[in-house]
Amino acid sequence: MTDANPIGLSIRNGSKIYPGTQALKNVDFDLRMGAVNVLVGENGAGKSTLMKIIAGVEQLNGGTIEIDGQQVVFADKTDAAKHGVGIVFQELNLFPNLTVAENIFVGHEKTRAGIHIDSQAQRTAAAALMKRLEQNIDPDTPLGNLRIGQQQIVEIAKALAENARILILDEPTSALSAAEVEVLFRVIGDLRKQGVGIVYISHRLEELIRIGDYITVLRDGAITGSRSMQGVDIPWIVANMIGSASKEFPKTGDHELGNEVFRVDNVCLPSPAGGYAVDHMSLSVREGEIVGLYGLMGAGRSELLECIMAQHPNSSGQIFIGGKPVKEKSVSGRIRRGLALIPEDRKRDGLVQIMTIRENLTMSSLYDFTRGFHLSLKAEAAKAAEFVKRMAIKIASLEHPVSSLSGGNQQKVVIGKALMTRPKILLMDEPSRGIDIGAKAEIFRTMRRLAEDGLGILFVTSDLEEVLALSDRVLVMANGRLTGQFPAGASAAEVISAATPNLNRVETR
Amino acid sequence: MSSIDASGNAKTVIGGHKSRTSALLLLLHMRTFVALILVFAFFAIAAPNFLTTGNMLIISKHVALNAILAIGMTFVIIAGGIDLSVGSIVGLCAMVAGYLVLYGIDLGFVGVAYSVQFNTIEICLIVLVVGIFIGWINGMLITKLNVAPFIATLGILYVARGSALLFSDGRTFPNLAGNPEYGSDTFRIIGSGTFFGLPVSVWIMVVVALGAAYLATRTPLGRHIYAVGGNERGAALSGVNVDRTKLFVYMFSGLCAALVGLIISSQLQASHPATGETFELNAIAAAVLGGTSMSGGRGRIAGTIVGAFVIGILADGLIMMGVSSFWQTVIKGLVIIAAVVVDQVQQKLQARVVLQQNAN
Repeated sequence: MTDANPIGLSIRNGSKIYPGTQALKNVDFDLRMGAVNVLVGENGAGKSTLMKIIAGVEQLNGGTIEIDGQQVVFADKTDAAKHGVGIVFQELNLFPNLTVAENIFVGHEKTRAGIHIDSQAQRTAAAALMKRLEQNIDPDTPLGNLRIGQQQIVEIAKALAENARILILDEPTSALSAAEVEVLFRVIGDLRKQGVGIVYISHRLEELIRIGDYITVLRDGAITGSRSMQGVDIPWIVANMIGSASKEFPKTGDHELGNEVFRVDNVCLPSPAGGYAVDHMSLSVREGEIVGLYGLMGAGRSELLECIMAQHPNSSGQIFIGGKPVKEKSVSGRIRRGLALIPEDRKRDGLVQIMTIRENLTMSSLYDFTRGFHLSLKAEAAKAAEFVKRMAIKIASLEHPVSSLSGGNQQKVVIGKALMTRPKILLMDEPSRGIDIGAKAEIFRTMRRLAEDGLGILFVTSDLEEVLALSDRVLVMANGRLTGQFPAGASAAEVISAATPNLNRVETR
Repeated sequence: MSSIDASGNAKTVIGGHKSRTSALLLLLHMRTFVALILVFAFFAIAAPNFLTTGNMLIISKHVALNAILAIGMTFVIIAGGIDLSVGSIVGLCAMVAGYLVLYGIDLGFVGVAYSVQFNTIEICLIVLVVGIFIGWINGMLITKLNVAPFIATLGILYVARGSALLFSDGRTFPNLAGNPEYGSDTFRIIGSGTFFGLPVSVWIMVVVALGAAYLATRTPLGRHIYAVGGNERGAALSGVNVDRTKLFVYMFSGLCAALVGLIISSQLQASHPATGETFELNAIAAAVLGGTSMSGGRGRIAGTIVGAFVIGILADGLIMMGVSSFWQTVIKGLVIIAAVVVDQVQQKLQARVVLQQNAN
């Protein structure tokens, strides 16, 4: 194994100190070529810092980096790229208005005489890269026309165009559908065969086990486990990540379910591409029930929640809360009726980043503290403090901008904001997306507790394990339609097959 | 990672360094105010007669006009927009005021040979409604027709200025003394009257500023303005009525412009259709100088008022020192740029302090 996978890059005794924190503590890390080196750890464990150091974005305060036995110092990202290190960040850094070829060569355009862009050469090179990545993408397509999964491939091509021998992928699958993940994994497999050393970061543990050859676990800036992937299982990873025995997802409680509190009847949303994004969807939720809505990306789940939350004026169908139809056309009207949404994209939809934690928490409930015109800041602050305590949000001060919090704590602020409106039904779109496993478990416990208090919860997820462990009932959507309905304890295979009723169509689309 | 008591801990842990940073931060936070004191002190020493009561009153009258416009502008910018039309609204409103004082409304167009005359209060109300209405048009263009604020208000800038010129065929309405018979002879009080020794226009500024500050900090609507400018989608999904909020800020800006139009026509006892040209730029400058972020979501009324005073004192002080108006313009530009650069430094420093507190 050692001969087949020589160490391409190694860090010895690496330390990185930021003002106030030590992000890395004497880390020894070996990156093996022709293999997938997976890196896992909670948010803030130091994964991103370690990768930024390898990619030249940040520099070590102590310790050394060696490539093929030679000690190197990367001044910046370009310097690292010259040594064959490429990185694909979690957030795509692409330009939707430029073509695929232009995106691949942006910043290091192929030129004649240093001025004139040689589009033909770029196009040829881009086509060759697409062939290498087994993608049927025309280099002249505007990037904005591609699906997210294809865009991810373009991002990888961009790194390869600079002859990356080491490729770092930071949570590449967080926005991909199952079919797209398969494509990405095939590409990774090919690159591995070609001798590229891959570093793969993800929160999806089953993915890591499937694709990884070597695993490194980080906790609080130190490496707590590093070994070949053989024999590694989820409890081992979790134990090394959080330092205690595996935290199971909270088991479904056995409290009584109440009456039907929420019903969606025949909701349709025409799709701009023709047909329906949400196709005659009907469902219901009872008091104290957690209903999991599973499906692949693009199945229409988020769109359904948006229809419920009055985001699509051209949708049709009816919604009932406690048996009474919801006629309100505005978001605030629906919030008043007892609906609350936790959006999928926290940064874009959930929070106002530059406002304070207090202002974000009370955003939907301001009229509770208002008499006439007057907003009582005292009552507002007291309520915000109460919810910080109740949601166990870790903060230094209510008056700090919400952007200073970690992902998990930001999510708790979003949930706190929703709960402050005293909803009867909570809609959660991918509530655990992009947060670490510790915060995830806490969010799930919160969901359980809320359900026990009688709240109806409808949550959308792409994580199979999550939907099976957490739901009292599992609904499955595909192509805008309800394609399956299972009680708690359904088998994973059934749920998956309901989510992909026409596998072929999904793959060739 | 400790929780709520962390800010207290942080102070003791990092000690001296920390307190120096926070002192610097406080200084930066108060920078516009510091700049005001410096500018004031400078002219008090360098320009003779600067510190006289008469001069102070003149400066405050000048500042009041820009400050009132800048207050409206501040809300618009906080909400993520821009209002280029305020200068033209000032001009149009001044013409409407002048016309009403001179002629009233002639009912000839409905076939009645009679013209309705108005008293001062009625004239003021009509002019304010005109200003609010133009602001409403701005708001409707931006919210319902999805026109970019820059373009919508640029268009209205031309439309309103052209309308002002059409009103009088480009002529000035002179001698707005009003008529005691109609109760409009009190019109001059708005611009030239005093109350407790201060010009009425300064009182108007004080009232508008206090009202706006209250609105910004102590009402849901004020909070919504910040939220819309900070993250429009996030605000909408939190139940904020984004369109109504935007509509309000443009109408409020129109109201502020109408007030300035009234004050100027009353002060000059005449209405000229070119009144208020480029006023919008001074208003934006005052808002930015006062710490309003052009990307929306951040700004304070008090900052804007201080910003307007810095600009006003700088302008009048330089004139008193006999500095050429060409240099005045250059200096004003440099001050605005310096203000924004310092603002960037403060933002960075503040973010670092917060991160440190959270890390501890």
